[in-house]
Amino acid sequence: MDDVSGTLDALWRIEGSRIVATLARVTGDLAEAEDLAQEALAEALRSWPTTGVPRNPAAWLTTVARRRAIDGWRRREALDDRRRSLARDLASLADDVWQPIDDDLLRLVFTACHPALPREGQVALTLRVVASLSTAEIARLLVVSVPAVQQRIVRAKRTLSEARVPFEVPDHTEWKPRLNAVLTVVYLLFTEGYAATSGDRWVRRDLADEALRVGRVLGRLLPREPEVHGLVALMELQASRFAARTDAAGDPVLLADQDRRLWDQAQLRRGLAALDRVDALGRGRGPYALQAAIAACHATAPSFAATDWERIVVLYDALLALSPGPVVRLNRAAALSMTTDGTRPALAEVEAITAGGDLATSHLVTSVRAELLQRLGRTAEARGEFLSAAAQATNDRERAWLEGKAAKLAPS
Amino acid sequence: MTKYMLIMRTTDAALEATKDLDFEEIINAMGAYNEAMMNAGVLIGGDGLTDPSEGFVVDFSGEEPIVTDGPYGETHELFNGFWLLQVGSREEAAEWARRCPLGPGSKLEVRRVTDESDFADYADNEYVQKEAGWREQLGTA
Repeated sequence: MDDVSGTLDALWRIEGSRIVATLARVTGDLAEAEDLAQEALAEALRSWPTTGVPRNPAAWLTTVARRRAIDGWRRREALDDRRRSLARDLASLADDVWQPIDDDLLRLVFTACHPALPREGQVALTLRVVASLSTAEIARLLVVSVPAVQQRIVRAKRTLSEARVPFEVPDHTEWKPRLNAVLTVVYLLFTEGYAATSGDRWVRRDLADEALRVGRVLGRLLPREPEVHGLVALMELQASRFAARTDAAGDPVLLADQDRRLWDQAQLRRGLAALDRVDALGRGRGPYALQAAIAACHATAPSFAATDWERIVVLYDALLALSPGPVVRLNRAAALSMTTDGTRPALAEVEAITAGGDLATSHLVTSVRAELLQRLGRTAEARGEFLSAAAQATNDRERAWLEGKAAKLAPS
Repeated sequence: MTKYMLIMRTTDAALEATKDLDFEEIINAMGAYNEAMMNAGVLIGGDGLTDPSEGFVVDFSGEEPIVTDGPYGETHELFNGFWLLQVGSREEAAEWARRCPLGPGSKLEVRRVTDESDFADYADNEYVQKEAGWREQLGTA
């Protein structure tokens, strides 16, 4: 239990983001702050085994980082005047400047998800400085090598420094797109874990949990932003179905076939509570909240058949108005097919999506079409579509599943 | 991520001692602790329990279970409340436990909450299967 590196990891998980954020505010540079934090961590690993863990470890780490910052700039004073004066200024700064303030963390989130960075860099940096994970842990979660993670983080830090990205919260003119970028990164982490078809199931679940944790932190930092709560609601509701989404063999189980008794009711209620927070703000539902509302319809339905499909179609209509796209259209068609006499209009809609050239090569649209043909009793056509979908599928599990569907329809 | 329960255990004496403290200060210290866990996104549940004098004990030592009203005479540890955390490691659960504003005479017991993986070998057991249904009825998970 008293293994220093384990304790240090745990402390870092709790305090790391605030420490890095405070350093970044004072130095004005996230990359530099992260380097300093790493140096402080290395020093802790060297000295704590003999000195023991200090009484206030966060303050200890901040103090070490601060000392290193000042020493480093003094050593490099030949480089430029800015660093020299910065070192002088920092040395004379009052202690309270080094106290974390709430805004620091928000600045950190926005800087880690800055549009100057490629998506890959945003994801790696968010896990690194917001979720305070080690490179080894990030590598495990993203199923890539440790050097690959290190490279992504180094590149991201270099990009931020070269682009002179200021360490700040965006102003109101940029607020919406910048917040959307943050939410996109968090949801990407979640879906990477939730829908992943590669890697160990528990690893993927850990990644989704990590995204949820960052989402909950965001909800505390931005309590008045409906879409933040909408995203948390969506993630909680989707994650509540984790246990039911795969069978003992690890094969996917579709919503219609899931054992609803396996849904995590406590998590489901947290999701509904987050959706209530969206509505309590009285500013309407954005795309995340609408998707959460659709997930809530499923979550509260006693069975697949007894789901309020009409309501789900209406919610999809609203979602399409805000964020049109073939995937949303396809999902709407699937919901429509479950309403009374909805199968035919749904098939027409799926054919319209394909005719538009969207998702033409996607097994998703083909398998939905196959499903609808089967329901309409057009067995031979359904079987052909299942086989086409199997040919389009990108992973073995899905392909095998679709081939199985086709085999069941084979003429006897 | 794993769920851990932090179980507050305290002695009669420690409980008695808190009666001399300003209750509002206790609320503030606990509130700040809970808020820190909320802000970190790790707190997913918890509750406190009322004074043990309201409680009673059912003892199975004899032939028949015997019900005894609280408080319980001799000093021993009482279960006083719990937090449910979802964290990345055992050490992280320990670190949060260390930060709990409790005084002499109090302990936190930290226990991992079971999940489906703990019952993987018994997936066919009738009661393991039934339990999921009970959870649904009870609204617990």
